[in-house]
Amino acid sequence: MPLNLDLAGLRQGTELIKRGFASMQKGGVIMDVTNGEQAAIAEEAGAVAVMALERVPADIRAAGGVARMADPLKVAEIIEAVTIPVMAKCRIGHLAEALVLQELGVDMIDESEVLTPADPFHHVDKHSFKVPFVCGARDLGEALRRIGEGAAMIRTKGEPGTGNVIEAVRHQRVVMEKIRSLKGLSGEELEAVAREISAPAELVRETAKLQRLPVVNFAAGGIASPADAALMMLLGSDGIFVGSGIFKAKNPKMMAKAVVEATMHFDEPSVVAEVSRGLGEAMQGVEISTLAHEQRMQERGY
Amino acid sequence: MKAGVVAVQGDVSEHIHALENAMHVLSISGEAIRVRKAADVLSVDSLIIPGGESTTISKLLKLSGMFDAIRKRASEGMPLMGTCAGCILLAKKGGEQVEKTSTELLGLMDMGVDRNYFGRQRESFEASLSIDGLSRPFTGVFIRAPAIVETWGRCKPLAEFAGRTAMARQDNMLALAFHPELSADSSLHAMLLNL
Repeated sequence: MPLNLDLAGLRQGTELIKRGFASMQKGGVIMDVTNGEQAAIAEEAGAVAVMALERVPADIRAAGGVARMADPLKVAEIIEAVTIPVMAKCRIGHLAEALVLQELGVDMIDESEVLTPADPFHHVDKHSFKVPFVCGARDLGEALRRIGEGAAMIRTKGEPGTGNVIEAVRHQRVVMEKIRSLKGLSGEELEAVAREISAPAELVRETAKLQRLPVVNFAAGGIASPADAALMMLLGSDGIFVGSGIFKAKNPKMMAKAVVEATMHFDEPSVVAEVSRGLGEAMQGVEISTLAHEQRMQERGY
Repeated sequence: MKAGVVAVQGDVSEHIHALENAMHVLSISGEAIRVRKAADVLSVDSLIIPGGESTTISKLLKLSGMFDAIRKRASEGMPLMGTCAGCILLAKKGGEQVEKTSTELLGLMDMGVDRNYFGRQRESFEASLSIDGLSRPFTGVFIRAPAIVETWGRCKPLAEFAGRTAMARQDNMLALAFHPELSADSSLHAMLLNL
C-alpha cells in the first residue's frame, strides 16, 4: 500500500518509535510461521505478530548445517498474507541480512541464535537501523549489552526447538533475580556490577531504578503449551514467542487460539484449564540434558 | 475518580502512567486501573482502549464479554478514548484490512478508518500536531498508524495530519490515530478526564 505522501522532515526510526512498537506487542503472542497459510492461521487465532521463517527451530535443529535468513520470496509471501506485523530473523552479526530484511519491509528484526552466527566478535549495530530489533538474552549483562547496541526488545533465549520450557524459565529467573539484587545499591556498587556483568553502566543504573528491563521483555525458546505461556507470564514476561510449539502440535489452530487466551488470562487458572482441554498432543519435545554442548543454541552470541 | 485502561493486549502500563500524571496535574484524587472483565467496565468513570493489534484486541474483547459492556457504557455517556488500535475499534467503518480480517468493530463513532494507512514500521514517525482545545503543539507518535479517512454526523475532527484526520471527537468519545501515552505530555489524558 504505497502512499504518495511527503513524509520527509518527519522523525523516523527514533528510539521512541522503535521501543513504542515493542510496547504495542505487550500481552500478546508472536508465532513462528513458514508460509502464508500458517501466517493466516496465526492472525485468525489472535497472534499480535508473526515471525517469518524458512523452517521452525525444531526443523532447523533436525536439518543441521548452516541456517540463514529466510528466502525474500518467503518473507514477501508472508507479508502479503497478513495485516499484523511481520518479523524475521537474521544471523547474529550479519549486517547484510539485517539490511535486506529492513529493505523487504519487515517490521522487526530478530537477531537470533536460532540461525548460525555470522560474526565471531560482534552483534549488529542496531542504532543505525530504522526498524527495531529484538535479541535473546540469558542474563542481565547480555540483555543490557544488546540494549546498548540498540535492541528495542529483549526475549529469553530459552532452548529453541525443544518444546522444553526449563531454559526459558532459567533465563527469566536469572534476569529478574539480578535486577532485584540491584535494589538499594550505591552508585559505586552499581559501577562495580556494570564491570562484573560487562554491561553499560548507564543501563545498569536505569534498570536498578526501574526494577525491570528498560525495554519490553518477552519469553521465548521452548514454550509449547498454554500452561507454558501462562507460566512465563506469571514469572513477569511481557508477552510470548512461540516457535515450533504451534505448528508442531497435533492441532495448530486450536493450540494457537489456546496460547493466545492463556497469555491474556495467565492469572486465571480456570481459563487456562478451559483452553487446555482436548488440545491433542503438544510437540514431542527434547530433554535438555540429551543435547550436546554444541547443539545448545543458547550458547551462541556474546 | 476511577479511570480504566482495557488490559487485554497492548501498551496498558503507559496509559496507566499517563492517567496518573493527568490526575496529578488536574489535582483529581483517584486511581487508574486495568480493566479485564465486563464487571470492571461497569465500575469505571472513564475508559481507554490502548494501542496494540486491533485484530487481537477485538477477539479478546468478544471472548471476555467486555465488547458489549463497553458499547453499553459508551452509549450511556461514559468518557471513552481509543488510541491507534483503540481508534480503529471505535469506528463505524473499517477499511479493506478490517474487512479482510473480519475484525468486529465497536462501531461507536461516525467515522471511517484505514489501518496501517502510512505504511509499515519503517514508515512510522513522530510529528508535531496542532489540536483543537490544546494551547500548544502536541508530539504525535504514529506507529503503523491508522488514519481517520472520513467523518460524518456528530463526529468532529480535532487534529489533522497530511490532509487526514488524526484525532476526532464525538460527544463523550475521543479517537486518536497516534499514541499520546508515549509522549511525555499527559494533556490529552487530561482532556479525557475533563469530558
